[in-house]
Amino acid sequence: MMTFFGIPTQALFGQLLLGLINGAFYAMLSLGLALIFGLLNIVNFSHGALYMMGAMVAWLLLNVLGLGYWPALIVAPIVVAIFGMIIERTMLSRLYKLDHLYGLLLTFGLALIIEGAFRQLYGISGMPYSVPKELAGGWNLGFMFLPIYRGWVVGASLVLCLGSWLLIEKTKLGAYLRAATENATLVQAFGINVPMMVTLTYGFGVALAAIAGVLAAPIYSVNPLMGSNLIIVVFAVVVIGGMGSILGAVITGFMLGLVEGLTKVFYPEAASTVIFVVMAIVLMIKPAGLFGKRS
Amino acid sequence: MIMKRLLLSAAALALSAGMAQAQYSDNKVKIGVLTDLSGTYSDLAGQGSVEAAKMAVEDFGGKVNGTPIEVVSADHQNKADIASSIGRKWYENEGVDAIFDLVTTAAAVAVREVSREKGKIDINSGAASTVLTNAQCSATGFHWTYDTYALAVGTGTAVVKQGGDTWFFLTADYAFGQSLQAQTERVVKANGGKILGAVKHPFPNSDFSSFLLQAQGSGAKIIGLANAGSDTINAIKQAKEFGITQSGQKLAGLLVFISDVHSLGLDTAQGMQLTTGFYWDMDDGTRAFAKKFGARMNGKMPTMVQAGVYSSVTHYLKAVQAAKTDEGIKVADKMRELPIADFFAKNGKIRADGRMVHDMYLAEVKKPSESKGPWDYYKIVRTIPGDEAYQPLAESTCALVKK
Repeated sequence: MMTFFGIPTQALFGQLLLGLINGAFYAMLSLGLALIFGLLNIVNFSHGALYMMGAMVAWLLLNVLGLGYWPALIVAPIVVAIFGMIIERTMLSRLYKLDHLYGLLLTFGLALIIEGAFRQLYGISGMPYSVPKELAGGWNLGFMFLPIYRGWVVGASLVLCLGSWLLIEKTKLGAYLRAATENATLVQAFGINVPMMVTLTYGFGVALAAIAGVLAAPIYSVNPLMGSNLIIVVFAVVVIGGMGSILGAVITGFMLGLVEGLTKVFYPEAASTVIFVVMAIVLMIKPAGLFGKRS
Repeated sequence: MIMKRLLLSAAALALSAGMAQAQYSDNKVKIGVLTDLSGTYSDLAGQGSVEAAKMAVEDFGGKVNGTPIEVVSADHQNKADIASSIGRKWYENEGVDAIFDLVTTAAAVAVREVSREKGKIDINSGAASTVLTNAQCSATGFHWTYDTYALAVGTGTAVVKQGGDTWFFLTADYAFGQSLQAQTERVVKANGGKILGAVKHPFPNSDFSSFLLQAQGSGAKIIGLANAGSDTINAIKQAKEFGITQSGQKLAGLLVFISDVHSLGLDTAQGMQLTTGFYWDMDDGTRAFAKKFGARMNGKMPTMVQAGVYSSVTHYLKAVQAAKTDEGIKVADKMRELPIADFFAKNGKIRADGRMVHDMYLAEVKKPSESKGPWDYYKIVRTIPGDEAYQPLAESTCALVKK
């Protein structure tokens, strides 16, 4: 059998594929964060809590209303996005002119409150959520057994990320968005409702987090802390990619998933730290991040 | 008439003498439940432990020899420094006489040091590590419900005897996981099994697929999970997802609570063997307790930790009553002297090292078709006699054990 630094290549392929799956979650979450930071100038610390809400709403839809996975994939993000937009309108919108720190504090506080509320209601161990039967089972790829559901997650994430990127880079709406990021006053002078656009952008970023939450529900147990376990890593991803860079966030997300996957093979103890080591190195060499522009 | 008055005053004198004999500080017996009320272990201990302690006090009548009993509780957030500062505050300023539950080994050891220094009682139900009855043992410290040694003996022996003689470990990378792995390895080897490898995963961890793939690659018959709580839950869930359990490799959860099984669902958890110190559906006594507990906890059934808190509080109160004082050393002596016989421990006894030795149970998680209703999860496969389950006193490194 061929080996690579003492690891059989087959095992290595397996680990790389798994890294890609984790990368899919990083990409979806960091994309939303980058989008929100780009337009709103808010470091959205409640992103993890909103991701958790996506999974929780999916669980509630199933257990209270009997709505299964597929409807939840549409309904849960809408519900969470509306919740997010209410937060943006009533609270965040008052902070745009202030220092980043205020937005960070507010969203961090919100994250604690949302998590605390769900923890109070549902405890900490988490609730089971089954893989939809259309996606149950797996493919034997020869070098590993790939659960169909995980394949679906990577596919869905790629489509979402690509779609968002096209929306922002190639459409008129996206052009307005990018223009508003550069100079909101001027765009408003052309008769475009910028505050409305900001609200919708926040809603969109939040919806991406909620979709990631629904996608994650069958893989991890649906539990109130699932977001806070992930959010710090996702922030590192955004920083490495370059704050506010959409493409950077997506590519970095997948890339770091792979790096993490490899670490789990060669030195598992470092798996939770490797991303931060990468972050430190990137910041030393390129302080604006891999894809960021120096402002 | 004079005779009657004489008799009365004699009776009154006798009564007051009896009262004077019982010495309770602050005219109160105050017990503290120090546990994880918000984190990873709050479902298996947490509020349920606080309720269990309150139930024990109510069932005891709320008073010891006429002195009222009070229960206080606090959240140590699984942090040693917070645990020890709350413990110190309770003992020094708030008149707490004994502390219970103390889930998480780091927090348990921190409080053990304060208790030893103050000569106060601590009775541990939640923490797993055997360090509490070895290097960190104390004249006023007790370990009630289970420990890593008993878990390793229970599950390890049973699995090897059923043919699971090659093992690969997924181990939470901190003191508890490592000690659980080491103790299980010892049991596996002693029974003729082989260890093929181990991987230490970060704590806490949500994605186990990579580690599971390594375990699969090892070809071991058994994947031993030396972790707890959400780590165990996620590992089991993902092992099923990756077809590992279906392809013939078996999982051995070395520390699994009924709250974990509830979270996993029987469909995922079925067939798994585990060691527990208590199951709610064993006899009328356990069922009666569980029913009352469920009524106060939204229908949840007690974990072994929570049931252990009830049992340990009750035993403590009996000792306080018999010793006629709440002074730590005297109560501890009385606790060692009195036998333990309640729904939790039928024939329990406390050793010199503070270990409460009682029977443990090897349970198997039922198939969904075998389960008759909510929380009907376990079949008890074997009762492991206490003396077999726990570390022999001769092996203890506790300084209090006379060699």
